[in-house]
Amino acid sequence: MKRQYELVYLVSSDATEEQIQGLHAQVEETTTRMSGQLDKTENWGRRKLAYEIGPHKEATYVLELISGSGELMKELDRRLRVSDQVLRHLIVRIDLENRVVDRTRTRRKTVSERRRVARGLPPERQPGEGPRVEDTDEAGFDGAEV
Amino acid sequence: MRETGRRSGPGGGRGAARGGDKKDAQRRTLFRRRKICKFCADKIDDINYKDVKLLGPFVPERGKILPRRISGTCAMHQRKLQTAIKRARQLALVPYVTE
Repeated sequence: MKRQYELVYLVSSDATEEQIQGLHAQVEETTTRMSGQLDKTENWGRRKLAYEIGPHKEATYVLELISGSGELMKELDRRLRVSDQVLRHLIVRIDLENRVVDRTRTRRKTVSERRRVARGLPPERQPGEGPRVEDTDEAGFDGAEV
Repeated sequence: MRETGRRSGPGGGRGAARGGDKKDAQRRTLFRRRKICKFCADKIDDINYKDVKLLGPFVPERGKILPRRISGTCAMHQRKLQTAIKRARQLALVPYVTE
């Protein structure tokens, strides 16, 4: 079974549009060559960095969803490390985490449905039912509650 | 019966409140608002490093991760939050330190 990975890399703001495209093409080429699959690509555009990396204050973020082998990711990692246009990159394996998230989500759903049925209600929540008012006090949560 | 009994608590405590600092401190802790885990309350299962908006409130100005004792996050979610923030830091989405 193939593993799913998420790859994010930061391209220097000096790089031209073609160079960014070129990097993407390189990733795609490597992926297909090593019998992987490029599921999705997302370009977040140019963003301000939270801290300066060398002389750079901005960078273009690109996200790629790839399913393939660990060997493939090793190769991609090596290539991105070598490339001088790429400031940073991060590879995260996501299939295991996603499975856990899905499981908790479905479990919560089935539990709530079971409880509702036990109370003689339809399994789905009806519109305009019961008090689930958004706590206005909570909306302004800034993390610092002492 | 029970209702009146409870009512007399704060009102009838006029004499008891004079009990000194210790008692005052105890009362303050009693009145402190109960903290709840944001992720449990909002049913956020997936704490992702790409979601800077979500992580933002847990990274105060200095750039440190907000401790659990202050934010009230539960242990499981704090752990997930921690990895998410550390990943986001690598990608310069969240600062390591700020002066």
